[in-house]
Amino acid sequence: MSDQTPKEIGSVSFGLMDPETYREISATKIITADTYDDDGYPIDMGLMDPRLGVIDPGLECRTCGKHSGSCNGHFGHIELAAPVIHVGFAKLMRRLLRGTCRECSRLLLTEEGMDELRSRLVRTQQLGEDPQDVLKAAIRQARKTDRCPYCASEQYEVKHEKPTTYYEVQDVLVGDYPEKMAAAMQPGGSGDEESGDTGATSPQELAEETGIDLSRINEILSGEFRPRPEDRQSIEEALDVDLTEEDMNKLMPSDIRDWFEDVPNEDLEVLGIDAESSRPEWMVLTVLPVPPVTARPSITLDNGQRSEDDLTHKLVDIIRINQRFMENREAGAPQLIIEDLWELLQYHVTTFMDNEISGTPPARHRSGRPLKTLSQRLKGKEGRFRGSLSGKRVNFSARTVISPDPTLSLNEVGVPERVASEMTQTMNVNLQNLEDARRYVSNGPVGHPGANYVQRPDGRRLKVTEKNCEELAEKVQAGWEVNRHLVDGDIVIFNRQPSLHRMSIMAHEVVVMPYHTFRLNTTVCPPYNADFDGDEMNMHALQNEEARAEARVLMRVQEQILSPRFGENIIGAIQDHISGTYLLTHRNPQFNKTQALDLLRATQVDELPAADGENDTGEAYWSGRTLFSELLPEDLDLEFTSSAGDEVIIEDGQLIEGTIDEDAVGAFGGEVVDRVIKTDGSTRARVLINEVAALAMRAIMHFGFSLGIDDESIPGAAEEQIDEAIDNAYDRVEELITTYEADELESLPGRTVDETLEMKIMQTLGKARDSAGDIAEDHFADDNPAVIMAESGARGSLLNLTQMAACVGQQAVRGERINRGYEDRTLSHYEPNDLSAEAHGFVEHSYRGGLDPQEFFFHAMGGREGLVDTAVRTSKSGYLQRRLINALSELETQYDGTVRDTRDTVVQFEFGEDGTSPVQVSSGEENAIDVDAIADRVVEAEFDAEGSEAVAAAARPTNLSERADDRSAGLDLPPAAEAATGGVNDDD
Amino acid sequence: MTEITTEIEDSVEDTRLPRRLKEEVYGTIEDREVTPKEASEIAAAVESRYLDTRIDPLDPVGTVSAQSIGEPGTQMTMNTFHYAGVAEIDVTQGLPRLIELVDARKTPDTPMMTVHLEDEYAEDREKAHEVVWSIEATKILALGDISTNVADMLVRVDLNEGTLAERWPTAEDTEEVAIEIADIIEDSLGVSTARDGMAIEFGPEEPSYRDLFRLVEELRDVTFKGIEDVNRVVIRKEQLAPGREEFVLYTEGSAFGDALEIEGVDASRTTCNNIHEIYRVLGVEAARETIIEETMNTLEEQGLDDVNVRHLMLVADIMTNDGTIQSIGRHGISGSKDSVLARAAFEVTVNHLLDAAINGEIDDLNGVTENVIVGKPIKLGTGDVDLRMGAARREDQASEGDGEEARAD
Repeated sequence: MSDQTPKEIGSVSFGLMDPETYREISATKIITADTYDDDGYPIDMGLMDPRLGVIDPGLECRTCGKHSGSCNGHFGHIELAAPVIHVGFAKLMRRLLRGTCRECSRLLLTEEGMDELRSRLVRTQQLGEDPQDVLKAAIRQARKTDRCPYCASEQYEVKHEKPTTYYEVQDVLVGDYPEKMAAAMQPGGSGDEESGDTGATSPQELAEETGIDLSRINEILSGEFRPRPEDRQSIEEALDVDLTEEDMNKLMPSDIRDWFEDVPNEDLEVLGIDAESSRPEWMVLTVLPVPPVTARPSITLDNGQRSEDDLTHKLVDIIRINQRFMENREAGAPQLIIEDLWELLQYHVTTFMDNEISGTPPARHRSGRPLKTLSQRLKGKEGRFRGSLSGKRVNFSARTVISPDPTLSLNEVGVPERVASEMTQTMNVNLQNLEDARRYVSNGPVGHPGANYVQRPDGRRLKVTEKNCEELAEKVQAGWEVNRHLVDGDIVIFNRQPSLHRMSIMAHEVVVMPYHTFRLNTTVCPPYNADFDGDEMNMHALQNEEARAEARVLMRVQEQILSPRFGENIIGAIQDHISGTYLLTHRNPQFNKTQALDLLRATQVDELPAADGENDTGEAYWSGRTLFSELLPEDLDLEFTSSAGDEVIIEDGQLIEGTIDEDAVGAFGGEVVDRVIKTDGSTRARVLINEVAALAMRAIMHFGFSLGIDDESIPGAAEEQIDEAIDNAYDRVEELITTYEADELESLPGRTVDETLEMKIMQTLGKARDSAGDIAEDHFADDNPAVIMAESGARGSLLNLTQMAACVGQQAVRGERINRGYEDRTLSHYEPNDLSAEAHGFVEHSYRGGLDPQEFFFHAMGGREGLVDTAVRTSKSGYLQRRLINALSELETQYDGTVRDTRDTVVQFEFGEDGTSPVQVSSGEENAIDVDAIADRVVEAEFDAEGSEAVAAAARPTNLSERADDRSAGLDLPPAAEAATGGVNDDD
Repeated sequence: MTEITTEIEDSVEDTRLPRRLKEEVYGTIEDREVTPKEASEIAAAVESRYLDTRIDPLDPVGTVSAQSIGEPGTQMTMNTFHYAGVAEIDVTQGLPRLIELVDARKTPDTPMMTVHLEDEYAEDREKAHEVVWSIEATKILALGDISTNVADMLVRVDLNEGTLAERWPTAEDTEEVAIEIADIIEDSLGVSTARDGMAIEFGPEEPSYRDLFRLVEELRDVTFKGIEDVNRVVIRKEQLAPGREEFVLYTEGSAFGDALEIEGVDASRTTCNNIHEIYRVLGVEAARETIIEETMNTLEEQGLDDVNVRHLMLVADIMTNDGTIQSIGRHGISGSKDSVLARAAFEVTVNHLLDAAINGEIDDLNGVTENVIVGKPIKLGTGDVDLRMGAARREDQASEGDGEEARAD
């Protein structure tokens, strides 16, 4: 058990591994390529050797004695018959070969050069820059040297043939050197004529000049003796001939290993290579570690056949070739065969590491699919790093379709019973909650507030079943742990993908409900960007008290009402809520007592205010604005312009004048909601939003609201007017075309005549559509539902209405009229080079009237562009966001107000130059704090309540559960939704 | 109306308000009739609101800013070319432009300058045009007609006197201009020219059709006046301040350093949309400012003007943090992180691991990604607080030691 104590990883160090270490940690040497014998047992010293770990349940690991699941597996090793290059380091090896001496392996730099680099390396490390740059510079410098400054030996060019072959390009003596020399010694040859002799060089003269024995010269000339390199050079100098040719000398991995072994540590240090952890010769493999079977488990197919992992397949290849190599070498096979096998071994080891090397054919599975080897396992979105390490799978999560439920508070989420009984919370049983715990256990795993597991103090976990639940419930004592089902009031995390901002993951309180969908209050749709056309969402049950507390305090929906993007509320009334408040307040309708009470029924208001007056029959009435005012905080003073265009005046929490619509209570910066959350806190804002939504739903139901095809129809006279307007536009377009064809069109500055024409036509047709829209608009009544929605900002716009009722307008692809299709025309219905409006995608009909076939086709073209655009955009913006988050994720404000990354580099001395939170201050606001308004409020409060607590000191409600908040906020009744579900508050 | 007494002053000075707000509080108090008690309550209320608007320590502002810029990205259009205020010049807009800025591309897709003019040039159309001609690259086709005389192996340029007078407004005599043009042709094409009034003739040294046509081709590319990289200049009259109209030039193509040298250009207001050019000419601080300005403009163009500038500032600040412009991504900030695991988890996984092995790197697991990988709490927000609750109960400690004394007191 001692190795099971919790440990924390302090740091991770990287380096190469010494072949000796491989052998030491290896559980076994692998020598056979076979995996299982005929009985299905793993073969000893085979790739599935039981010492490498176990994957089959029930078997015991022969190395550590543990069973599958707890044994992590153990490495084995293959002794390679010949050294092989590690592909990943091919580039670095090339650099080292070029930068070090071929004889003494020292770095080809003088002491001064090394000192300079050393200091540069220190500087690079201090600046946190890439040490690879220093290495590259050092090699570039060293490559220039053609003689080693230490052993004075000559250096040759090293050629690298990708991926893993190296050649040394050497100058060697040509085969016909005697002939070449003789030719040079002839008179008129390229001999040294300026020496004043006859032109010919005699062997004696040559001997004198070069200092080589005459007899040796004669031997050389007769071809009996090959001159030594020094002699060759002096002969070359004397005769001014070139006796060499380039020769490619292949460097075998073993040569490279020998070469690297001699590179001194001090020289490596200059290159930024840490010799302590990675000696360069270790880049040439002599031993290949074999990953444990747990890293390459085999799968048993339905027919009992085993299917091996890609890595196992690759290892089989390596072992086979390795075996053949050894046999051939022992049998004394010719060098050519040995070299071929060596290359084959290199290929297999290369593809074992990386199967996507350019220039090398990828190793393939029998089916032709390229194998997924080590590199491929790490790389990419589904790779180990991004797929398994950065993105972890979790337990206690649920996913299902969402549907709306206006009776819930925005803080709540309806959880289907099936989900609630699968997700559990751990209850630490004590004397206070013992009764509850027993009740949960006795309900069993099926009955709803039940329990799935209990844990005894000795650590033993017992599953609660329908059979044993009664019995277990008796046994539960203080000190036990009970994994009980989710119940009302528990906090869970709720999320919808794509999680683009922090409001995509918020904490909700559970309300357990029948049926199979998650239920949401519709006001939380904007932050999640959710709708109910089949969207699914995820839920996570929190598993410890710390997480639950943080979720409750920081992540609850009401704490996320303000968006940090623009500093205003992102949660608020939407769609029908806005239509509802608009109907309620725009013309300020009157309601009798029954109606008024019905409207306020879903809110906490349980007493009607004083009636606004009496109608003709003497019945008391209440106006819509009065009823709406009941929801507002009593000290609210606000003036703004609504999206319907009128001035809204709220004084002392009474809506005096104006329409309540999107600009007042809407999501994305509704003034009232924004003001309330900033002055009265998030709890009050939550109550306001809930109640506005509830009132609005009642209001819209009171009035009734529907949109049918007749709501878009306009009188025949209006239609004629529209046709006339469009005909006029056609005429104007025709005029433009005539002037263009007469070459009389004047081009706009910086545009060609063609472009000018297009722009002018587009303009004309745009205006035509607008005027058609205007005509149609004049004929719509103010109570037209589409107009109400557009005016209040609930949904749709006047443009949509225009398109439905009057004229769809010009279709565009890439911002231009439709120009593609046939040669010189868009469709075969038109004359070639027809520039008219209808031939280039102007849709003169309305959606209601119906499009003709050509128009329909053009419309589809425009629509397609939109679809393509969205598809391209999502991927592009997704990548942009990933990069932004990756670059900025480590920035955090510190206690001293600075913004620093995790290296403690100061990025900003004060966030946003003034330390203002983007959440609390609207981005449009010039001054974050309105001193005058605050002063007014203080003075007024003083005046209103002489002696009572000042505004500044007014206690803010706590933000525990909805019920606790409501109690401290001085609101007597719990929200309707909670009252209905009757929250069970238990345990801790 | 209320005088600022020392009592009021004390209560205001006691608050943790910055100077500007304190002054504002004094102003407000002076404007109305308040008692010292009310004054101190006003000060306290303002302070309380001020503290509410402060950013909390340990707030993960980086992630929040990244999300606040990335999220509206999903709402932007891809349609690249759109009009940037000036209908005559196409400028990359929307998401592609945002990506370009964050990438810190060496040259933007559509380089552009906004050239403001010095006072005497800004209000006079003639003088403004003078600047236009010295910025816009003038090619031979704008100045006259070229004809080739194959029989004599000659290229003939017939200059248009009117154009010359227009484009060289400072020159007294078009003749001089013609001489200048001839000189430029000689210098750049390496030929000798013969000039007769407005006609310039020249030909290849050795008669050769190929050379003749090559000369014509090359002649078309020669810039006779203005800045090589600026293809077009659009002049617009704009009302920048109420009651003050001035000419502003918009250029297609940019050469910021050269443009600033030109007489009449107001270097203090002239800008360019290439952040690298700004960086070279005016330094990092200016580059930072340009990044903020350009990203904000891009967002505004798309109707996303509600994004808080502070987010853009943070992005600009991290991009210019080391004194140069770094891009957001694998070649810039993400690629130069300390942590091997963080780099490997971002892009080009394998190479980072191999390099780390060679350099013997040690990952101290300070960042966010690394800690997610090893399964530790990340050091941001609540994870960065080192406050723990003691294991012993408070009463126990009190009864053991200090508590006794405290009670005795």
